[in-house]
Amino acid sequence: MGELVVETHDLTKKYGDLVAVDKLNLSIRQGEVFGVLGPNGSGKTTTILMLLGLTEPTSGSVRVLGLDPARQPLSVKARVGYMPDEVGFYDELSARVNLIYITKLNGLPRAEAYRRIEEALTRMGLQDVADQPVRTFSRGMRRRLGVAEVLLKRPQLVILDEPTQGLDPEGAREFLNIIRSLKQDGITVLLSSHLLHQVQAVCDRVGLFHRGRMVLEGSVPELAQKVLAGAYHVWLQVEGPEDAIREALRQLPGARDVTREDHNRYRVVASEDLRAEAARAVVQAGGQLLGLGVETPSLDDIYARYFEEVHHGTTT
Amino acid sequence: MARQPDQPRERTRGREGSPWSGLWAVVAKEMADHLTGMRMRILEILIVLTAVGTVYAATQNLRETVGQDPFILLRLFTTAREPLPAFVGFLGFLVPLIAIALAFDSVNGEFSRRTMSRILAQPIYRDALLLGKFLAGIFTLALVLATIWLLIIGAGMIGLGVPPSGEEVARSLWFLLATIFYGGIWLSVAMLFSIVFRQPATAALASIATWLFFTVFWGILAGVLAPILQPVRYGFPEEILAQAQLELTLTRFSPNTLYTEVMLALLQPTVRSVGLVLPIQLHGAVLGTPLPLSQSVLLVWPQLTGLIAATILLFALGYVLFQRQEIRA
Repeated sequence: MGELVVETHDLTKKYGDLVAVDKLNLSIRQGEVFGVLGPNGSGKTTTILMLLGLTEPTSGSVRVLGLDPARQPLSVKARVGYMPDEVGFYDELSARVNLIYITKLNGLPRAEAYRRIEEALTRMGLQDVADQPVRTFSRGMRRRLGVAEVLLKRPQLVILDEPTQGLDPEGAREFLNIIRSLKQDGITVLLSSHLLHQVQAVCDRVGLFHRGRMVLEGSVPELAQKVLAGAYHVWLQVEGPEDAIREALRQLPGARDVTREDHNRYRVVASEDLRAEAARAVVQAGGQLLGLGVETPSLDDIYARYFEEVHHGTTT
Repeated sequence: MARQPDQPRERTRGREGSPWSGLWAVVAKEMADHLTGMRMRILEILIVLTAVGTVYAATQNLRETVGQDPFILLRLFTTAREPLPAFVGFLGFLVPLIAIALAFDSVNGEFSRRTMSRILAQPIYRDALLLGKFLAGIFTLALVLATIWLLIIGAGMIGLGVPPSGEEVARSLWFLLATIFYGGIWLSVAMLFSIVFRQPATAALASIATWLFFTVFWGILAGVLAPILQPVRYGFPEEILAQAQLELTLTRFSPNTLYTEVMLALLQPTVRSVGLVLPIQLHGAVLGTPLPLSQSVLLVWPQLTGLIAATILLFALGYVLFQRQEIRA
């Protein structure tokens, strides 16, 4: 447990009658990769803008690196790197010139600025195209240039808004490696996305946003425990008397639900890994076990299930 | 939830650091954009061509009168020769065109290129960004106009063979200043529209429409409004005078009128009044003698300060709107 890099207390933002962010309590520890998840319009970007002091909160408090972004915006913005969704550059200028402008706005001395630009471009693999106009860049290259820009500040916290949206799978995978390398450098990363498997791949903890509230928070297994009410889905391929097998599986301690998916495929939802017990039970019930496995829950399942429940009104 | 008692106090406490940090970085970047951009090059060619054309025509006319007129160099700006109007006539609509072209996409362009949030995430205030853009526009305008001014004076010296007198230089410098602020008004207008409208094309159209309104329609409108607001009921001279005064006041709401009046008084030293003059006021005046520079400047001082004040006011309005604007698209 490191110290808190981001801390919000009852943070609220209203646009007229619309509550964009509703009493948000968020804390992110140093060195962590935190994923903010949620459908469009759930308050992710608004939260990020408040963390940077680009939008004033209606009420509540924010602390970023121990500073108040509304009152000390310059100190916060000098230490926090932000890459907006659909990051844009001055297309007619070269990548290097775009970065030089940013170093000037940050007030870096020229020699230091040039050194950092070179370093950032090399790290992002853009040194060969550094003097080409950004207009010629692909979407993936623009995102990498966005990260290069963020690195110029030597940030303590990096905020990435939808960093992998619109990238091809290869580009997205590359980008996730970049995020991992930021983490290795000890940089705290806040990442917003609605591409769940990517969030799952890099984030230590995730927060699920829904209508301006953070409705769930924790690591992916923790969330699975909370939402799926049993994190393990065991599947079995069995031939034999259906009723007996079904009954035997249902009798297993810890089994919550048994469904028959195909003519010989069953699924057991359980709070623990029941593979060994299930195999024994099936054989004892006179079935022939052809296959067996366990599915670890993905964030997709959690997400889908959560919103299903919200829809049915079982969760408030 | 009850409002936290200490919140208003915190808000009123001053902001951290200088609002102008990063200002010169913005100015340098924007000026570099303006000066290397295709848009500016087209306008420069246009204005240089007009300058060359009109000044050449003027020199041809003036050659015959060299030696008779003490302010011959100023005549370069104001002398017309059919079919070309005088250079100042061209300036009256070229300057707004340049100013609008420089600023109509200054703010919304950052949004449409999606660079706004990235730039504002740097340790600068919005103040620096907006003022930087404005100053870059004014400096570019000043640079272009000063270049043309020098070209004209130079061409005049070669063409007419007369060195400029101190007073001529001083008068044309004042005129240069007035022209820059006349451009400043349109720069502020275009910038204001670029804050209000998210589409650069809409902002450009709105700016041009405003300019057309004041150039073409405002004069007509003033002529229509004055009799309605100040009708002549009994035909007394006082009534007729009041109506004429009102019409003049109304037309002066147009920056074009202000600029024309400033231009007249500065470039034609014999001009003694830019408003209504009653015969009684001319009693004792020697008509046709030039006024000293200080008197000419004094004559149009209200117009000159009006141009500057309008520039500042429009900029301030844009500034307030920009400060309140939400960053998200």
